[in-house]
Amino acid sequence: MAFTENLSSVDGGLKSELGKKGIVVATLNELYNWGRRSSIWPMQFGLACCAIEMIATACARYDIARFGAELFRPSPRQSDLMIVAGTVTKKMAPQVVRLYNQMAEPKYVITMGACSIAGGPFIDGYNVLRGIDRYIPIDVHLPGCPPRPEALLYGLMELQRKIDGQTIEKTEWYQKGLKREYPVPECGPHGLIPKFNPEVWAPREVDHRKERYGEPVLIGKKDKAPNLDAPVAARPAATSASSASQPSAS
Amino acid sequence: MTPEEIKNKIQTALPGTALKWVRDTLLIENPQDLPKVANFLKTSEEFRFDYLSSVTGADYLQYLEAVYHLYSMEKKTGPFVLRARVGRDQARIPSLVPLYRGAEYQEREAYDTYGIIFENHPDLRRIFMWEGFEGFPMRKDYVQEDSEILEASDIEWLEKHQVQVPEGMKKRAEELKKQGRRAVAERPGQPEPQ
Repeated sequence: MAFTENLSSVDGGLKSELGKKGIVVATLNELYNWGRRSSIWPMQFGLACCAIEMIATACARYDIARFGAELFRPSPRQSDLMIVAGTVTKKMAPQVVRLYNQMAEPKYVITMGACSIAGGPFIDGYNVLRGIDRYIPIDVHLPGCPPRPEALLYGLMELQRKIDGQTIEKTEWYQKGLKREYPVPECGPHGLIPKFNPEVWAPREVDHRKERYGEPVLIGKKDKAPNLDAPVAARPAATSASSASQPSAS
Repeated sequence: MTPEEIKNKIQTALPGTALKWVRDTLLIENPQDLPKVANFLKTSEEFRFDYLSSVTGADYLQYLEAVYHLYSMEKKTGPFVLRARVGRDQARIPSLVPLYRGAEYQEREAYDTYGIIFENHPDLRRIFMWEGFEGFPMRKDYVQEDSEILEASDIEWLEKHQVQVPEGMKKRAEELKKQGRRAVAERPGQPEPQ
């Protein structure tokens, strides 16, 4: 993740010395980012089992309120952060993109868990989208299946670091020509149309999964089926374990 | 009761139904007999299978099957498993919704994924996949799309929505269109023999 250092004109040592005397020195930029990163309101939005971990993060034990992100908003218009928590099916993907489009700037996205990053264990399914990054830009990829609440908190802290690196003069949502609405895909006869948005995502040039693991999941046409009418093979004798132990005893 | 006794009981009550035991499950040779048999199992004093727990589709290449798991809440027995076999091309089985209301969504699911048509079903639509989806994805001859390659319809859609598409992708889609092919996942369907 690319973020730039916060270039403050007052050096850190002097600032902390002044702080001990009760004098606070800050740039407008710091105050602005401090306010924004301490009140990231996530969208109340869960798709699968990762949502359970998100709920655990919001509860008392892990307490996401320590980071100012406890206010889960039920409307995209009021939220800053979308946590895509769970498997995005092809039927759900258009709604996720539409919700992203409806969020107000500045908006951030965390993909939580293997499914929303790349399809996870369901990558070869006919019904699962291989990663929501095919349609919308992502700020923090958070791997895990599902990630523990600590991991989600770490993802949130990474996002806060990213926010700290942004400057008020250069923030893109005050610039002209910012396009952060993406066309909502449609359900077609064989899957989603389009399969991905080339402005956001492009297929990998090298398929590392295939190199490393071959074709572990078989999704082509199948021409084998069990024959139910054949007699059931007799179960191996229950005495095989005892008979195996006998030679060693003798 | 032994399996043979159960079979004989059903056949004496409903003469003319062909039944066969297949691995602890009762195969109904003519699927049109299914509501009769299920009705008998539900209402007869000896069985009282009043709860249909699941309706499953299955693909055995030569034929499709619907598998029904029946339980008796009254007698605390079950599962009692019924099978109905149909050909791939005319997969039509009478619906059990008039007998068991809970079969409605499960039959819709079997229709959605295997393409088994349940006759007299009150509302036979797709349930998981969307309207307009083609094919039945759990059948063994279903071929998935290749989700890494854009097709002509994708390019057209993207250009309609003012999205820049790289030239390489456009070229590939045109080639596919010229050959009249879809981009399908050309991946093995069976493990290689070792």
